[in-house]
Amino acid sequence: MTNHWVDIKNADLVLIMGGNAAECHPCGYKWVEEAKAHRKAKLIVVDPRFTRSAAMADLYVPIRAGTDIAFLGGVMNYLLANDAIHHDYVANYTDFSFIVREDFAFNEGLYSGYDPAKHKYDKSSWDYERGEDGFVKADPTLQHPRCVYNLLKQHYSRYTPELVEKICGSPKDKFLEACKLIAATSSPTSAMTIMYALGWTQHSIGSQIIRAGAMLQLLLGNIGVAGGGMNALRGHSNIQGLTDLGLMSNLLTGYLTLPNQAEQDYATYLTPRAQKPLRPNQMSYWQNYGRFYVSLMKAWWGNAATAENSWCYDYLPKLDKTYDMLQVYELMGSGKMNGYICQGFNPIASSPHKAKMTASFSKLKFLVVMDPLATETAEFWNHYDEYNEVDPSTIETEVFRLPTSCFAEEDGALVSSGRWLQWHWKGAEPPGEAKTDIEIMAALYMRLRDLYKAEGGAFPDPIVNLAWPYARPGHPTAEELAKEYSGKALADVMDPKDPTKVIRKAGEQLAGFAELRDDGSTSCGCWIYSGAWSEAGNLMARRDNSDPSGIGQTRNWAWAWPANRRVLYNRASCDVNGKPFNPALKLISWNGKTWGGVDVPDFKADEDPAGGMGPFIMTPEGVARFFARGGMSDGPFPEHYEPFETPLGYNPLWGKGKGQVQNPAARIFDDDRKALGQADAFPHVATTYRLTEHFHFWTKHVRIAAILQPQQFVEIGEALAKEIGVKAGDNVKVSSKRGQIKAVAVVTKRIKPLTIDGRTVHTVGVPIHWGFKGVARAGYLANTLTPFVGDANTQTPEFKAFLVKVERA
Amino acid sequence: MALQSLDIRRRSATTTPAPMVRDGATPDVAKLIDTTKCIGCKACQAACMEWNDLRDDIGKNTGVYDNPLDLSGQSWTVMRFAEYENEKGDLEWLIRKDGCMHCEDPGCLKACPAPGAIVQYANGIVDFHEENCIGCGYCIAGCPFNVPRISKKDQKAYKCTLCSDRVAVGLEPACVKTCPTGAITFGTKERMQSDAAERVEQLKTRGFANAGLYDPAGVGGTHVMYVLHHADRPGLYSGLPADPKVSPLVRVWKGATKPLALGALVLAAVFGFVNYVRTGPKEVEPEDELAAQREKEQIHG
Repeated sequence: MTNHWVDIKNADLVLIMGGNAAECHPCGYKWVEEAKAHRKAKLIVVDPRFTRSAAMADLYVPIRAGTDIAFLGGVMNYLLANDAIHHDYVANYTDFSFIVREDFAFNEGLYSGYDPAKHKYDKSSWDYERGEDGFVKADPTLQHPRCVYNLLKQHYSRYTPELVEKICGSPKDKFLEACKLIAATSSPTSAMTIMYALGWTQHSIGSQIIRAGAMLQLLLGNIGVAGGGMNALRGHSNIQGLTDLGLMSNLLTGYLTLPNQAEQDYATYLTPRAQKPLRPNQMSYWQNYGRFYVSLMKAWWGNAATAENSWCYDYLPKLDKTYDMLQVYELMGSGKMNGYICQGFNPIASSPHKAKMTASFSKLKFLVVMDPLATETAEFWNHYDEYNEVDPSTIETEVFRLPTSCFAEEDGALVSSGRWLQWHWKGAEPPGEAKTDIEIMAALYMRLRDLYKAEGGAFPDPIVNLAWPYARPGHPTAEELAKEYSGKALADVMDPKDPTKVIRKAGEQLAGFAELRDDGSTSCGCWIYSGAWSEAGNLMARRDNSDPSGIGQTRNWAWAWPANRRVLYNRASCDVNGKPFNPALKLISWNGKTWGGVDVPDFKADEDPAGGMGPFIMTPEGVARFFARGGMSDGPFPEHYEPFETPLGYNPLWGKGKGQVQNPAARIFDDDRKALGQADAFPHVATTYRLTEHFHFWTKHVRIAAILQPQQFVEIGEALAKEIGVKAGDNVKVSSKRGQIKAVAVVTKRIKPLTIDGRTVHTVGVPIHWGFKGVARAGYLANTLTPFVGDANTQTPEFKAFLVKVERA
Repeated sequence: MALQSLDIRRRSATTTPAPMVRDGATPDVAKLIDTTKCIGCKACQAACMEWNDLRDDIGKNTGVYDNPLDLSGQSWTVMRFAEYENEKGDLEWLIRKDGCMHCEDPGCLKACPAPGAIVQYANGIVDFHEENCIGCGYCIAGCPFNVPRISKKDQKAYKCTLCSDRVAVGLEPACVKTCPTGAITFGTKERMQSDAAERVEQLKTRGFANAGLYDPAGVGGTHVMYVLHHADRPGLYSGLPADPKVSPLVRVWKGATKPLALGALVLAAVFGFVNYVRTGPKEVEPEDELAAQREKEQIHG
């Protein structure tokens, strides 16, 4: 989230799209009800299904699964055509006026630089023109035909209300009603918040859908302001912490990235990551990348990390490709990965195309599962009626189960969607032989280290030199780890303005990332968490809910990254002179000497607004980008592409047999293309999702949750039910090219057939929660059906739009 | 469940007068369920199970979201989901938390022949004391909301206690504490009425011209009240009765003997039959249709 849960109460309009907050985030959703009750806020829900969120909405607009870019592009077109944009904001805080290179092009759905053999773009033309001074060229009059504003306008002029209706099936009158409500928040004193979740992420175009949402908010001036923002609702209690701490195959902590193969030395790695400003007097905060990197390496390798060895740069793996989960299981399936440690993850259930997953796991020599529950993954080799039809005698994978504690049985911080690190204390001891994940990892590490010490190896250094400063080496505590990621001074840290003055003594906890140095004098395991545990103690454990701001800022409740800042980009809540656009919801302002207010300024504290420094300090431009440059793999502007399993077989933007149908840069392997179904055999559009009563594949192990939603079902509309001769409560078979499930039919008015380019398209809802382990009634894994296709940028699987056939069982 | 801290205002099949010393000291309480804020998450059902140590069977899906499908000895509250297409053709998903309404004039208590099996506290909560229950089921006949259920396990009647044990020590009912959206609130009835009035005004400005409070006079008002978007048609909410009344036959029964009551039940059946034969089937309203549909689904399950 750019903002935070409580701040949603400050919204004048809430758009829930690509998510179902009332259903899947009921506790956070309450702030929508607060906004409705106390600010007369309106709620718009756009979803293929009339969800629990839709039940609370002032306006519900149906949409075909996977067509959100068409919808959002249509709204952008409406705003641009009707001049309902926040002019001061877009003129000063975005790249509207920047001029794009002449060789940038877009033809029939493809951007310039596409290589069809590699399914990849050469992105060099996706950039701005530079002047002789090296800075980006701009035309503040917005007359230049290649300034971002004109390219944007041109790109989305195609997305008319009629086209939106044709692609999305959203009735034109409802679409325009939504546009009108949204347009009203272009006023400087009115804000819309967007709440989204995996309904936007889990598409082959997921990242671009989210970008489209962010662009919409920028047009309206709704980023950086109270009650606004792009608010990703994270699906697990600590999934925000997972990405923050770099648990992705290509990340280090704090969104630093692993080197790729071409970056064999530190300077080559650092230069493109520590970008110089692209416009005069811009902060380009990533110029500090070296401080974050060096401090991280000092936290990991301690004294072994020195200036001479570029802070152990050689210890870091250099990626030859992205090792996302689809890639990993592809490698496993082709016999190139023989062992797998699966920690807090149930991939057989959570990954697409169960048959492929089972085949891949069956090729492993060993599998280690660390989990509090007996997961489907740990039992993938075992026969469970029709729900897991395998022959154990043919599977040789040796499975080790290491029972872990669950979150309520350990201390530590959980990071909420709103970036709050909230410390919690264990409520009970883990049962039986269960150990915390930390204890298990520590034990594994120490045994491996001893083996490497005793036997050597190709490159034992990163293992044997790892810093392990914990009082009880087999039991690092949550406190020790928290202090480590927050960071400390290894030598006295001096004031950059007065080198004789010590601002942090050696051995002390750092107050924040401003104190990080790139000379090895500081250590910090995750720069964005720096200051969470300062000399003032564990700030994550704070529980003061007093709110002098009156707008829910509660700065002494827990601790928010970065720097306890509650609303990101909050400089953008003020005009160019530093005065709040909306004084009633003031976050910060310029008092003539410094920036201050009810939030920690996301800006240089003493920077006079007259200097023209932009509010988006993380970009080298200092402003937000409509034109993504090389930041995205699949184009600088979001463009509608059909899901990989499209009910149409063509892209209505171009017509039958023309233009680019699907995302040309999406993640797909050749064998998985063969496992894609066509609409003639699989005519119904399916989408998977969660229900309030359950959490993923966990709570089917919980009796109360099982009582509340006991048995697997799928949701179909009344029209489809009639067509296939099914009534509520009957069993149906749902099949895709990859497998089939059987479930009870919930027949509902909440799913309506959509008219897409003249043809009727039915949506089928497939809740994910059932499986063959647990106390709820046994069921099929929903991912038996889903395709092995991923987003071009995140490689997140396309769980939200695929083709099935529903018939009477 | 003695609850000494609360005076008992009424007691089933008992003629001794209620205690008077603290008369007026305890205000009437009420739980306000705002259906317009309810997201149907069933957290209230989970909290009810947790607090009251209830675990119903792991049932089946019968083609609807409702689960458990109906109230039972182990399920004292259930969410009922109704899909309603309004005049504009827009869909509304009307979700109602069903359970005991804690009538000011409780038909169950009046119908109950077992001394002390049903009581009403001075704060208005109607509570079943199962140790005195003889399992006759008259409370079910006496209830205009079809709430009490006889447990198959011990043949005794059970229903929501309004967490009388929690309320007795100054806590709100478990469902209230857990509700994530603030759709369920608890306090004095007066306060809940004024909160409801405020909410109803808001709803009227949001396009629900017939929003209102459900606090039916036919049972003397209730200690569980609903804010409804369509207070003019409570039947839309899975058959919430428009004008619930304690059956006149139950009123007659009060103080009489059991065989007479049985006779009354027979008479009621006869009356019903004669009435049907004379006036024919009732005209079907859309809300009746919904209720019937639901009943059908329940029977189906």
